[in-house]
Amino acid sequence: MAEAESNIVEFTVSELSFALKRVVEGSFEQVRVRGEVGRVSRPGSGHIYLDLKDEKAVLAGVVWKGVAARLRFLPEQGLEVIATGKLTTFPGQSKYQIVIDHIEPAGAGALMALLEARRKQLAGEGLFDAERKKPLPYLPGVIGVVTSPSGAVIRDILHRLRDRFPVRVLIWPTRVQGEGAAEEIAAGIRGFNALAPDGPIPRPDVMIVARGGGSIEDLWAFNEEITVRAVAGSAIPVISAVGHETDWTLIDHVADLRAPTPTGAAEMAVPVRTELLAALADLESRRQGAVGRGMERRRRDLTALARAMPALTDLVAVPRQRLDNAAELLRLKLAGFVDLKRQRFAASAMRLSPATLRRAASQKHDRLRAQHARLVQAVSVRQRHARRDADRLSERLRPDLLSRAILRNRDRLAHAGRLLGSYSYQSVLERGFALVRDADGMMIRSAAAIATGDNLSIRFADGDVGAIADGSDTGGTAQPHRRKAAGPKKTAKPAKKPARAAKKPGDQGDLF
Amino acid sequence: MVEKRDNSVDGLSFEKALEELEKIVQALESGEVELEKSVALYERGEKLKARCETLLRQAEERVEKVKANSQGEAQGVEPFEAE
Repeated sequence: MAEAESNIVEFTVSELSFALKRVVEGSFEQVRVRGEVGRVSRPGSGHIYLDLKDEKAVLAGVVWKGVAARLRFLPEQGLEVIATGKLTTFPGQSKYQIVIDHIEPAGAGALMALLEARRKQLAGEGLFDAERKKPLPYLPGVIGVVTSPSGAVIRDILHRLRDRFPVRVLIWPTRVQGEGAAEEIAAGIRGFNALAPDGPIPRPDVMIVARGGGSIEDLWAFNEEITVRAVAGSAIPVISAVGHETDWTLIDHVADLRAPTPTGAAEMAVPVRTELLAALADLESRRQGAVGRGMERRRRDLTALARAMPALTDLVAVPRQRLDNAAELLRLKLAGFVDLKRQRFAASAMRLSPATLRRAASQKHDRLRAQHARLVQAVSVRQRHARRDADRLSERLRPDLLSRAILRNRDRLAHAGRLLGSYSYQSVLERGFALVRDADGMMIRSAAAIATGDNLSIRFADGDVGAIADGSDTGGTAQPHRRKAAGPKKTAKPAKKPARAAKKPGDQGDLF
Repeated sequence: MVEKRDNSVDGLSFEKALEELEKIVQALESGEVELEKSVALYERGEKLKARCETLLRQAEERVEKVKANSQGEAQGVEPFEAE
């Protein structure tokens, strides 16, 4: 084997690899290749790495960052594309690839086919369902617009909003085509949703995602899955306004409302303020009018009712008439009653004539006279009887009867007086005896009853003399003399008394 | 008929206020509302009208541009000038 050396040139690996690189790059400096996009990767470097493939082969490809930024359309898996570029090898790994400086879908049909496939897939997830659609607020306070800050689209939107209803507008500026456009659009949709309802940046009440017209490739960012899913996940209602009316993108399906144009989106977002003002004015005039008419109608009804109401005089007329009738009747009946009574009175009065009275009086008078006569007669009879009795008695009542009795009594009196004189001690005194009495006037019948020193009174027939007993016994009958003599001597003073007393028997005697 | 809502109209959206105002006007126009109630409805309508007008008057154009960071979060706003 060793001696089988030949004159074939011997290369190092590098020599061969770079020789090959020169041949490949020289032979395929500018090629167009058609194939389906396989795996696509877009690392942070900004370059795009992708595979182009067909049934039998795979060709690795790369789109450098600078080129990728200029692409109108970003290649994605499954899309048939035509890529233009040059082939190059990668000696370090024994690989070759195409460095793409232009890539475009392999005709509109190819892109449409891709779009249709994706639409079916997303629809299968239910993202386009009608029940997912949210109602738009009638009068949004803030409108968010996700679009390019430059160009006609935002101007059209703002212009139409100003015409209809000036509101606050927040613009989330994005690219709307090319590298990163879909990501930016999706970020804008999510960014608006992430705003706090009452934060420093007002959260939009409705959102417009817009782009002007263009080819399908131009509008492709709005067909990207990331954009579609961002719209589907938005809590804020979204109006899509991409391209012209004939252009349909996938976010038109997923948006809550699809506007044919950006201007149309502005019209959907806000009502016309002047129309609202007019409607309000109309309602106001109707409100005023309705109340006014209601009042007027009530007033009319009231007036009609008031007119229909009978007058007060009419209301009381009938009762008043009854009252009048009754009063008249009362008057008549009263007069009749009086007349009736008067008649009866007259009838009675007629019977009550002076003659009648006189007749009655004369009757009474006659009766009285008869009675009187009877009375007089009776009295005279009684008088006669009485006189007769009196005469009889007076005959028996004679003065001699009286004097006879008087004389008899006078005799009896004289006799009694004589008898009385015979019984009186006075006569005894006159015969010379004396009556002795003690100080108390009691008669002393015994000498033993007298004590020495006693005051005594001695009555004689012609008067009294006081004496004091001296206790001596004279004895005999001479005693009364002594006593009599001693008395005045010893008792000179009381002599007055006996003198006075002496008169008494005289007085008494007079009484008899 | 018009249902009695909260007395205040401050929280009502334009659409709600307008809707209630329309109902009130219709009720008043029907003439079937009692006098006292019609007065109350009229006054309610007055408030609703004022509320609607306030909301319409508040309309003021103000266009701002959101400044977002690299994470896609809104950082603030700045006046927008159409180019």
